Amino acid sequence: MKEITHILATLTIIGIIAGGALSLVNNWAAPKILINQKAETERAIYLVHLDGKRYEAMKDAGFEVYKVFDQTDKSVGYSLVYAGNGFQGKIKLMIGLTENLSKITSIEVLEQSETPGLGTKILEPPYKDQFKELTPIAGIKLVKGVAPSNPNEVQSITGATISSRAIVTIVNEGISKLKTLVSKSSDQKREGRPQ
Amino acid sequence: MKKQVTLTKEFTKGLWEINPILKQILGTCPTLAVTVSVMNGIAMALATTFVLVFSSLLISLVRKLIPNQVRIAAYIVIIASFVTIVDLVMKAQFPELSKSLGPFIPLIVVNCIILGRAEAFASKNNPLRSVLDALGNGAGFFIALMVMSGIREILGSRSFLGFQVLPSAFEPWLIMILPAGAFLVFGLLMGFSNMYVDRKKNLEREALIAQYKRVGREEITDNVLKEAGV
Repeated sequence: MKEITHILATLTIIGIIAGGALSLVNNWAAPKILINQKAETERAIYLVHLDGKRYEAMKDAGFEVYKVFDQTDKSVGYSLVYAGNGFQGKIKLMIGLTENLSKITSIEVLEQSETPGLGTKILEPPYKDQFKELTPIAGIKLVKGVAPSNPNEVQSITGATISSRAIVTIVNEGISKLKTLVSKSSDQKREGRPQ
Repeated sequence: MKKQVTLTKEFTKGLWEINPILKQILGTCPTLAVTVSVMNGIAMALATTFVLVFSSLLISLVRKLIPNQVRIAAYIVIIASFVTIVDLVMKAQFPELSKSLGPFIPLIVVNCIILGRAEAFASKNNPLRSVLDALGNGAGFFIALMVMSGIREILGSRSFLGFQVLPSAFEPWLIMILPAGAFLVFGLLMGFSNMYVDRKKNLEREALIAQYKRVGREEITDNVLKEAGV
């Protein structure tokens, strides 16, 4: 009995001290971590909208999307975070779109775990800069081996077709999701103000 | 009563003699996973050493108060607390580094170097010796990680600490930054270190035999060698 009390007491004391120390550290660290996370999102949002100065998160979207404004507070479009399956793991993209969703400003890869040297070429300008100024109205198409001839085509990376296709799929899905969201919210606005 | 070793020895033994990676073969999981770049290796080694030193100190201080039956549980709580502190501090001060090390910082909790040293050393020795032992083992871990990540980064991405050191004409060996490369480098490193140790032992043996021959003792039995400790 005495032994059990001893065991219980020791473990309890250790637990209390450890918990106390951790809560002290956490109190100090939590606000800093929050600031870091916010700065990271902010940096990512402006990556695809270089003239962006202010942003607003769109709520109730079910995914992360931000409306971006320039210094005159004019809306320059959307920054959309969308993820999908790559070759080995998730690929998370930041997609920049113009106000009427007719053009992609640019895309950035936020997270990926593709094969180094092959799939990771999706991070390099020759591939990802192809998305700049694309008009995704009928969806983006991936072409293999030939240079893209239409304004909605992207050339696949040799040896990394799956990664290239994954990016195109994610971009297309994200844009169509955003389109339904935007048209829904503009419908609601119209209903609210009958003319 | 076993022979007490000097305090310096307590530190230096971790560097080579009982190097946690090459000799004790502890903590291989983070070794294989984070050595893609030197920066990752350094950060991992420093974080582990921090946890190792402080948990060794604390465990050594409370070693007589903890009932034997629950010692492992107590060690784990102590280690986990320090790891969580490191994790929080890194997230707050070095967000980039913490992102690139990913889940391997929280996983220091189960890094067997720390629990291994706690169980094998800190729970039996006084705080000063425990801290020295922890520092030595941490430094040994640091050296091993530096060598491994250096080889992998130079060959795999032509750079060292992010600076390009090999000419652009050199085609990077992709395998080096893939998991398979980690196993190759690890195996070769261990092979070379064992080769070195074997050779040194043989040389010492031969030197001793020669010495005995010189003083006229022709017959060298295994017993004599054993007495001499080679």
